[in-house]
Amino acid sequence: MLQADNISFVWQQAPAARRRDAPDAEAGIHGVSLRIGSRSLVGILGPNGSGKTTLLRVLAGILQPARGRVLLDDIDLRALPRARLARRIAVVPQETHLAFDYSVLEVALMGRYPHLGAFELEGPEDLAIARDALRATGTDHLERRAFSTLSGGEKQRVIIASALAQAADVMLLDEPTASLDIGYQIGIANLLARLHEDRGITIVIATHDLNFAAGLCDSLVLVRAGRVLESGPTSEVLTGDAIERLYGVEAEVTYHERARHLTVVPLRKLAARGTTARTGPS
Amino acid sequence: MKRYPGHDLDAAGIPSVRRRMVTAIVAFGLFAVAALVMAPLVGPTRLDFARVFDWSIPFRDNVDAQIFFVARLPRALAGALVGAALASAGVVFQALLRNPLATPFTLGVSAGAALGAMLAITFPASLHLAGIPAVPVASFFGAVGAVGIVYALASARHHGLSTEVLLLAGVTLNSFFSALILFVQYLADFSQTLRTVRWLMGDLDVAGYGPILAALPLTVVGLAAFAWLPRSLNLLALGTDAAASRGVDVLRTQRVAFFSASLVTGAAVSLGGPIGFIGIVVPHLVRLMVGADHRIVLPASALFGAAFLVVCDVGARTLLSPLELPVGIITAMIGGPFFLWLLVRRS
Repeated sequence: MLQADNISFVWQQAPAARRRDAPDAEAGIHGVSLRIGSRSLVGILGPNGSGKTTLLRVLAGILQPARGRVLLDDIDLRALPRARLARRIAVVPQETHLAFDYSVLEVALMGRYPHLGAFELEGPEDLAIARDALRATGTDHLERRAFSTLSGGEKQRVIIASALAQAADVMLLDEPTASLDIGYQIGIANLLARLHEDRGITIVIATHDLNFAAGLCDSLVLVRAGRVLESGPTSEVLTGDAIERLYGVEAEVTYHERARHLTVVPLRKLAARGTTARTGPS
Repeated sequence: MKRYPGHDLDAAGIPSVRRRMVTAIVAFGLFAVAALVMAPLVGPTRLDFARVFDWSIPFRDNVDAQIFFVARLPRALAGALVGAALASAGVVFQALLRNPLATPFTLGVSAGAALGAMLAITFPASLHLAGIPAVPVASFFGAVGAVGIVYALASARHHGLSTEVLLLAGVTLNSFFSALILFVQYLADFSQTLRTVRWLMGDLDVAGYGPILAALPLTVVGLAAFAWLPRSLNLLALGTDAAASRGVDVLRTQRVAFFSASLVTGAAVSLGGPIGFIGIVVPHLVRLMVGADHRIVLPASALFGAAFLVVCDVGARTLLSPLELPVGIITAMIGGPFFLWLLVRRS
C-alpha cells in the first residue's frame, strides 16, 4: 500500500527558472493525505496547476516532501535505497524525448537498471523480461526500430514497457494520453486495464481526461490548489457538483449504457469561479 | 526503416552488449595503435620502419630512431591524449546536457583556459612559477575558474543541478571571456599577440615528453571517473525524472560527469590549446557506427578520438610541407561543415 501522510511540497525557486517540461510542477501541495491500496487503479484529477504532477513526483520519491511522509507498505520512502525503491515503484512521465537515438529494445532494457550492479551487463534473463514487457504492450515487433522514428502512441507504449521491465508493483503515470488521438487513448486504457488485471499492478494516473479516468479507474482523487478536495470510489466521487467545484465548469455526468461507465459532458464554463488554482478556495 | 546494429544474442546466449563492446574497443583500439605507430613515420624526412626499430644500432647513431622517438612520437602521443580526452569529454557533456550538439567547450572551459593562457603570455613576469611552464598551468587554472563559476550558478537556487542554467551560463561565460581575451590582447605587444593567436589555433607542437607527462595524471583521473558513468548517462537520456525513478542518483551522476569532463577538457586544452570540433565530430561518427549506448560510445570515442586527431595532425604537418600547420585549423575545416550537416540532418 502506498500512503501519503499529510505531505507538503512548495517550490521555492523563481518563476522563470521553473521546469518548463512539467507545467504542473510549479504548483505545490499542502497537507495531502492519501491511501492507495494494493492492486487499486486510482485516477488523480485536477485543473492545470493544481499540483497533480508534483503530487505524483512526491509519491514516486523523486521529490522529497517538505513536511509529512510517503509510506510504501509502512516504510518511509526516504529510508529505501534508490534501487530498492525503483524495484517497487515505476514512473511513466508525460512525454519522453530521448536525447540520443536508442533502439526500442534498448529503451525497454533501461527498466532493468535497478536490478543490475554498477558494472553488470544485462543478461539473458533481463533480455527476456524486456522482451516480455514489449510483448505485453504490443510493441515487440518494433524492437529494432529507433525510438525517435515511432509515433506518439508507440513511444508511450514503449515507455510503459520500460517501466514494466522494472518489475515494480506500483506504476505512476503522468498524463499518459495527453497528446494521443482517441484510438491511441483507448489503446492505452485497455493496456493499463490489462496490466492491472493480469499482473496485479497498482496503477496511479494523473490525467485531465475525465472520460478516460471514468472508464478506467476504480477510485478517484480530486486535487485543487494543492489540496485534496475529495477522494473515493469513482461512482461516488465523479458528480456534476464535483466537476463544478474542481474546474468551474457545469457538466452532465451520466451512466453510459454501452460504455458501461460514467461519462462527462462539459456544458459551459461558470463565470463566477475561476479555474486558477492559486486563487481558488482552500 | 532505420536498422540498428547489435541486439542479436549469439548461440551461447551471451548478451550482445558485451560482444558489441569488445568488438568496438578492439577495432577502434587497433585503429588508434596503427595511427600512433604510422604517424611518426610520415614527414619531410622519410624514415625506414625497419631501421627505426632496429635495436642493434646504437640510438645515438640511429638518425631514423632519433627522429621517430624524439621529434615525432611526442607529437603523435600528444595528439592521441588530447584527441581521446576531447572526444570522450564531448560524449559526457552531450549526455549531461541532453544535447547532441554540445561540445567540451560549450560550458566555457576552453574560454577560461584561453584567458589564463593569454594572461600568462601577456604578463610573463607575474607568473614565474618555479620551473613550471606558465602557459599550460595558467590555462588549466583558467579552466578551473570557469568551471567553478558555471557550477556555482547552475547549482544555486535549484533542486539539484539545472542543465538549462549550466548551458546558458556556459554560453554567456564563453562570450564574456572572449571580451576579456580581446581586452588583454589589446594591451599585448605584437609578438605576444602572435603567440596568443597561435595558441588559440590549437597546436600539438610539443617539445618532448614533459608536457604530455604533466597532462597525463589529470586526464587519467578524469577518464577513470568516466568508467563509472555510461549506464547512468544512458538513463539520463530518458529525462531526469525517468532516470531517478529507475534508481539513478541523478545529482551525483551530473556532478561526476560535469567535473570529470571539465577536468579532462582542462588538461587537454592546457596541452594542445582549444582544438575545436573533435569533441563533436568524433562522438557523432562513433554513434553512427555503434549506436547510442554510452557503454560502447564512450570507450570507442576515446580511442577513435585519439586516432582521428593523430591522423589530422599528420595532415597538418604534411599538407603544406615544409610548413607545419596548427592542427586546430584542420579539425575546424573538417568540423565546421560537419556540424552544419548535423544541424540540417537533425531538423
